[in-house]
Amino acid sequence: MSTATPIPAAENTINMQQLAADVVERALRAGATEAEVVIREGDEFSTVVRLGQVETLKESGARGIGLRVFLGSSGAYRTANTSTSDFSEGGLAHLVSGAIDLARVTSQDPFAGLPEPNAMGRLTGELGLYYDDVYSLPTAERIEYARRAEAAALSADPRLTKSDGGSFDAATGHKVMANSRGFAGEYRRSYCSLSAMPIAETEKGGMQRDYWFSSARTLAKLDSPESIGAEAARRTLRRLNGRRVSTQQVPIVFAPEIARSLIGNIFEAANGDSIYRGASFWNNQLGQKVASENVTVIDDGTLPGLFGTAPFDGEGLPTRRTVIVENGVLKNYLLNTYTGRKLNMPSTGNASRGLAGTPGIGGGNLFLEKGSVSPQQLLAGVKAGFYITELMGFGVNMVTGDYSRGAAGLWIENGELTFAVEEVTIAGNLKEMLNNVTAIADDLEFRGAVASPTLRIDGMTIAGE
Amino acid sequence: MNFPEHELHFFQRFGLTGRLIERCLGEALSAGGDFADLYFESIASTSISVDESLVKSASQGVSAGCGIRVCSGDRTGYAYTDDLSADRLMRAARTAALIADGPSRQQVAGFRETPKASLYPISAADADAGIAPKLELVMRADRAARAYDPRIVQVRAGFNDEMRHILIAASDGTFAHDTQPLARLNCYVIARDGSKSSRGGSGGGGRVEINFFEGDKSPEHFALEAARQAILQLNAVPAPAGDMEVVLGPGWPGVLLHEAVGHGLEADFNRKKTSAFAGLIGQQVASAKVTVVDNGTMPSRRGSLNVDDEGSPTQETVLIENGILKGYLSDKLSARLMGMADTGNGRRESYQHIPMPRMTNTYMLSGEDSPEDIVRSVKRGLYAVNFGGGQVDITSGKFVFSASEAYLIEDGKITAPVRDATLIGNGPEALKYVSMVGNDLALDEGIGTCGKDGQSVPVGVGMPTIKLDRMTVGGTAR
Repeated sequence: MSTATPIPAAENTINMQQLAADVVERALRAGATEAEVVIREGDEFSTVVRLGQVETLKESGARGIGLRVFLGSSGAYRTANTSTSDFSEGGLAHLVSGAIDLARVTSQDPFAGLPEPNAMGRLTGELGLYYDDVYSLPTAERIEYARRAEAAALSADPRLTKSDGGSFDAATGHKVMANSRGFAGEYRRSYCSLSAMPIAETEKGGMQRDYWFSSARTLAKLDSPESIGAEAARRTLRRLNGRRVSTQQVPIVFAPEIARSLIGNIFEAANGDSIYRGASFWNNQLGQKVASENVTVIDDGTLPGLFGTAPFDGEGLPTRRTVIVENGVLKNYLLNTYTGRKLNMPSTGNASRGLAGTPGIGGGNLFLEKGSVSPQQLLAGVKAGFYITELMGFGVNMVTGDYSRGAAGLWIENGELTFAVEEVTIAGNLKEMLNNVTAIADDLEFRGAVASPTLRIDGMTIAGE
Repeated sequence: MNFPEHELHFFQRFGLTGRLIERCLGEALSAGGDFADLYFESIASTSISVDESLVKSASQGVSAGCGIRVCSGDRTGYAYTDDLSADRLMRAARTAALIADGPSRQQVAGFRETPKASLYPISAADADAGIAPKLELVMRADRAARAYDPRIVQVRAGFNDEMRHILIAASDGTFAHDTQPLARLNCYVIARDGSKSSRGGSGGGGRVEINFFEGDKSPEHFALEAARQAILQLNAVPAPAGDMEVVLGPGWPGVLLHEAVGHGLEADFNRKKTSAFAGLIGQQVASAKVTVVDNGTMPSRRGSLNVDDEGSPTQETVLIENGILKGYLSDKLSARLMGMADTGNGRRESYQHIPMPRMTNTYMLSGEDSPEDIVRSVKRGLYAVNFGGGQVDITSGKFVFSASEAYLIEDGKITAPVRDATLIGNGPEALKYVSMVGNDLALDEGIGTCGKDGQSVPVGVGMPTIKLDRMTVGGTAR
């Protein structure tokens, strides 16, 4: 295997800050009252090793520029946006004229507009988001990482006979933003991850797969390939010989990596975009008790080194810490400038912005505060219950709170994990589920931008035999 | 072959030449790969939406790039660039080439242009076509939904369309190009009645031009459907929990097939023997009443393609015939490694992605039962007619799909609407419980998007009314 050099996205690195400012200026000259420009460039590397052999090797970069314009006067703006991967003179001219032309046909919206100048800004200080070591390894060593992770998984047990591979990924991104109200900012982020996905088989031929991974902003913080492989093996083996259980109500214990999805549901419930439309079951619930007293959920985009951290949000506001639920009481919605104006509240610095489209709502680091018992102590309190290690499907209705998803995991008997359970569903209503969080463990760990400790919810229905 | 340089988008717009294509393929095979291809793609898209009866924003996007792939045995090297200059294309080819490690192979002599159907209209206008008629569509949807019932309190309607140009040249002589329109109109509503709220959604389209929405599939059609669902759900009762008889209505409930069998029959999983269907060709995997096909050649359908993303013609492929597993869906790589025919199912999300076997339009053929008889035959069960998304674990075969409109069946009659519930089953087993198949095959309205390995592609599904004697319904009511 030869060694590849990463292709930088922008070889003859243009000054992106200057370009962003120039395009803002061009938009104003073309008739925009206000304008905002985002430029993103990124490189990616990924390799998959399967059964010891390289299966795929991918390496590349790309960039794009997005423009949002406002026409007319404040309080009655019309707005539109355009994006392109074409940075040529013709491409940029089309970007600007297209946005102006489109905005002319949109409606005047009293709530549209850029943030107020005094709201904009960015965090200073080292946030630990970018480490160039993610690209420091030669290709052969990256492949070796993936190979070791897979090998560690497959060598753990003779029942691990097949594989979806071990993989190593690295990526860097650079984001630049400027607007006509004086904001200019940029940041870089790096990412690397290593995973293994083994498949276990029983003599009867039933197959199960699971996986484990580690991801970090620097290679130095990545778990060892051997520990990832061993954990992937453990998780896969415990799924073998799964069976169905009968339809019943028992306590449900969500493993941390699954409990994360419930925290994601809380994010959606508090999403300002859904709130002003009445599309969330938490509409008009501010200050009300919406969850058990042990539930405190926080969004914090300022935590150094984590995956949801950034110095500013998608509209150029500094990121911040927002308590969504405190001891069961709904304290704040997550807002960008537009949804804040709709609800007559300040933005919480949660604007998310891709190249295209209007800003949406994005979380920073979103987590449920940990409790005081260990996961083992939490399980010990369950006489009969279901420990969930996988959820399937999209059966969550954020308007009504109705919740129904496919589930797999382990049966709990007298506080101990016993046989594997599969092909059942769990169902309830999120409004009630969040008020029935009867225990939260102390195992909070950030493996992504959303994190939760192990938690227990009572009163849900398992549908099975 | 002589490239018709002046007729092809990439030659005209990006200065691509036949000579450059040949040089890139040569460079891609310079380290000894046994297959290489270039995939050029340019997309122009627009979207416009109405929200709270205001056109709050409109968007337009342009992207172009080239992905270069080199295969060596079962190994794939891939690189892409969004800069179509000769220098950057050659560098991407060089990067992809590194998957192989050997002496340079000789390059192919001549290209053959893939003969192709013309399944959809190709307007010269691109997505730059006037925004005004699109705006009118979404405004009409907004008005129609609000007029349906005063309890409809929020309406969002959106229109998205794109024109995608692709050109594929491969070292096996493949040369293909296509221009693929895709349009979709959506309407989402919220209904409120006192303290009760509910949602409804509808949409459709396909590889069509804007005039498609002037016929039956008008903005009013989709708006009224969304409003009807939301109003209905205001009074839904808890869904039942457990195993029961389930009747699925025609059309979009065909998402069952997509999840239960479609993914499991994609050749890559079977080549690696990681699918629950691996090794089951020739065996019974469904009741004898079940025949399922994947068909990429249906005119104007969302999942249809004149050529796939590897430049191969699409086709109709029988997956299950009278309950017996007949075949897999393959791309070039799996076809070559498995010694089977390429079914023209090699697809990718964009030039930044490696192609893999994907579905196109997947549906079950009609049977002989009348839908009324099917419902009448059920003593106690669920009648599900609309679904949200689904998901499958290819390896264990377990799949789910979530009903967004369903009713109880009591003593052969459709009664109360029920709240959202997920249905779960095991792919290689679930269709063995199909005991009745209706004579009313319908395809979905053109709204499906399928995700696999992080890549999204538009697909279609379809089904007649069917009865499953056993399926697990994930409600809360005993």
